[in-house]
Amino acid sequence: MSHRTRIARSALATLSGATALSLVLAGCSDSGSSDGDGPAGGDLVIGVTSDPDTLFPWKATQFQAVNVLENIYGSLTELDSDMTVVPGLAEEWETSDDGLTLTFFLRDGVTFQDGSALDSADVVFSLESIKDEATAAVAASSLAAVESVEAPDEHTVELHLASPDASLPANLASVNMSILSSDDTEEELNGQPNGTGPFTFDDRVSSQSITLVRNEEFWGYPAGLGSVEFRVIPDESAIVSALQSGNVQMAVFDDPLVAQTAESGDVTVDPTAQLSYHALMLNATRGDLADVNVRLAVQCAIDRQQVLDTAALGEGEVTGPITSPAYRSDPQARPCPERDLDQAAEYLADSGRSDVTIDAIVSQGEYATSVNEAQNIQAQLAEAGITLELEVLESGAYVDRWVAGDFDAAVALNGGNPDPNGMYGRYFTSDGNLNAVAGYSSPELDELFAEGRSVEDPEERREIYRQISAHLEENAAWIWMFTSYSYTAMTSSVQGFTAMPNGSLRFLRTTALTS
Amino acid sequence: MLRTLTHHPVARRAAAALATLFGVAVFVFVLLRAIPGDQITAALGTEAAALTPAQRSDLEAYYGIDQPLVLQFFSWLGNLLTGNLGYSTRSHESVLELTLRSLPVTFELALLAILIALLIGIPLGMLSASRPDSPRDAAGQLVGLAGLSIPAFLLATTLLSVLASNFGFNPNGQAFAPLFEDPVLNLQQLLLPSLVLGFGIAAPIMRTTRTAVLEVRSNDFVRTARAKGVGARRLQVRHVLGNALVPIVTMVGLQFGYLLGGAVVVEQVFSVPGIGRQVLLGIQQKDYALVQSTVLVIAAAFVLVNLLTDLAYRLIDPRVRAA
Repeated sequence: MSHRTRIARSALATLSGATALSLVLAGCSDSGSSDGDGPAGGDLVIGVTSDPDTLFPWKATQFQAVNVLENIYGSLTELDSDMTVVPGLAEEWETSDDGLTLTFFLRDGVTFQDGSALDSADVVFSLESIKDEATAAVAASSLAAVESVEAPDEHTVELHLASPDASLPANLASVNMSILSSDDTEEELNGQPNGTGPFTFDDRVSSQSITLVRNEEFWGYPAGLGSVEFRVIPDESAIVSALQSGNVQMAVFDDPLVAQTAESGDVTVDPTAQLSYHALMLNATRGDLADVNVRLAVQCAIDRQQVLDTAALGEGEVTGPITSPAYRSDPQARPCPERDLDQAAEYLADSGRSDVTIDAIVSQGEYATSVNEAQNIQAQLAEAGITLELEVLESGAYVDRWVAGDFDAAVALNGGNPDPNGMYGRYFTSDGNLNAVAGYSSPELDELFAEGRSVEDPEERREIYRQISAHLEENAAWIWMFTSYSYTAMTSSVQGFTAMPNGSLRFLRTTALTS
Repeated sequence: MLRTLTHHPVARRAAAALATLFGVAVFVFVLLRAIPGDQITAALGTEAAALTPAQRSDLEAYYGIDQPLVLQFFSWLGNLLTGNLGYSTRSHESVLELTLRSLPVTFELALLAILIALLIGIPLGMLSASRPDSPRDAAGQLVGLAGLSIPAFLLATTLLSVLASNFGFNPNGQAFAPLFEDPVLNLQQLLLPSLVLGFGIAAPIMRTTRTAVLEVRSNDFVRTARAKGVGARRLQVRHVLGNALVPIVTMVGLQFGYLLGGAVVVEQVFSVPGIGRQVLLGIQQKDYALVQSTVLVIAAAFVLVNLLTDLAYRLIDPRVRAA
């Protein structure tokens, strides 16, 4: 018996073999620095969960794609950290007195990555292509008011509009409105991007990494970083580990729980309030919800702070419809700023309906808090005698139903926009391309939105959008809940970065690494 | 001649393998299209609602999903026969290129994981079998049970986060290094994932070994050998383990086949760009060509491994050779 044991033991000893140990030791000495020897200025590595699904800026909607491409490409206008419109490839612009002509004066000496110079022909080509349905560009509808684009000279571009559109300068500040060289095609750019931004495309290993290097010919201040690598680490907790071991120096998280675990030692985490908003979208064309009193009863039966606290750890702010800083709706300006069950009962009585049941679609996995939000809303509505039936769907199935407008109610996290017309014009005007999804429109709203587009004065615009906001709340078009934060995690070596309310990484151009 | 060919066991197996692969092809094609959503909604998300009908049909033509399903299926199959696995619209590379990059990674990972599983499983199984129902056996079984029941994602995440935050050891946080470009970093990066996988697979191997060894040991020839004075080590390894190998090899073959399908969770946590992640990404992006062809490659690998396992029996067991 005894010899048998000895054999087993000696065999067991092999598994704690010297090879495994030496690998571990070698790993310790080798980790903790970014690899490669790029240009001076530091090589920043950003941890991302997925690589871009396209490199073609006019079709990029995925967060990761937008984050990469906005550093490679340029647009006529850009957004500053507080979401105000600032000059981009256009140094300045002016609107004619009748609001029907918008003239952009292009910057001198701007070149694309391939060395060719930017001129007005590129701008005309880009805007016309974006507007052309055949291109299937996602921002086509933002140019709906544009009738023609003309180039009187090499450095001037005129947009002729069918009706005034004061939101145009803000809408042009998007990666989906990137100005491309008129020599390029979608096919070529998907393999080799060619932009005018602060960084140029260097290398890509599909689903592993994408690397940009500083554009020495950039028209603004050259970027402080020599290179930026977006490294794909699909698991968020693995990104946290990579931050802690110093392999990546920066990452952006949405989930407050993950952000919490990242904060330690050398890593700091900063929350930034987002433009995107959590809402219970109601379809006012269907069933009981067609009655405004039912919708108002729903609104009064929900304590938004409670939804925020239970579903999202209180990490966010209760919001009205408009979330952009310059036009933000007052969350107190609504029929029931606080939960009011008596008022809800009164609205229900006014509607003459006793047994209200609403079917709601909920996405599983699209964002972390969706199901918890839905369940909390369901419980709160139950106390008001309103039944919310939840249909929890895999995110692909949810998007299918959402896109088709096939729901009574939807627990949703919708993207925001710095300009309130860009944000809601498409939803709540009767000819908006998302009106079928929004399920609500009214002649008053159509008129207000048209007015908002024709007025330039910021004060006047604010007043118009305050009225729009009030109209949406008083009719309980949807139930707006809260905005949440995104969390930027950085090691102490990262300096000069400013996070933006739209999640943009535009300020990588002012970022530097200290050793 | 033809008669002997159709009756030849290898020919029969090859035909069965082809039928299996065709079945897999049909299955994955249908299943993929049964998932709600298409490439357009996968790429645009809720923005797809803003598409005009003209834009939508342009995009359908771009992704090739405007064709009837039967046509899509046979054009894919026809391309496969000419060695064209299709084109990934997401990464703008051919599926063949992507697979040639990811399959070797998964193969290496599977090999290392099996190696680790054997190093843990066989000694542990023999230890358990050496004195059944003793504390020693219980200890062995406990380790086996732990291997079976600790979820890979838990073990993986814990290992990664403890080593990274306490020891600063995180080779997987660096860009992935292919084996032939940077073998040292590559092995470091595959160390933890193969440990996690190997630990999980060690459990069935340990149990198979224990059962097989116990069974062989009760045979007459073992007693005879011992009576003839065969040394203890030689008896255990050459006589007992040697004769217990067939079920163990079956188990290893099976596990290796599964591993080639990509250990999705472990590849995901450790950022290993293997074939499992390739399929997962493809499914998320509704990259039909990518998923279909990759799944077929995996199925082919599985069939091949099974075939090789059968051949291995012949090497190990003269009785199979004679049959």
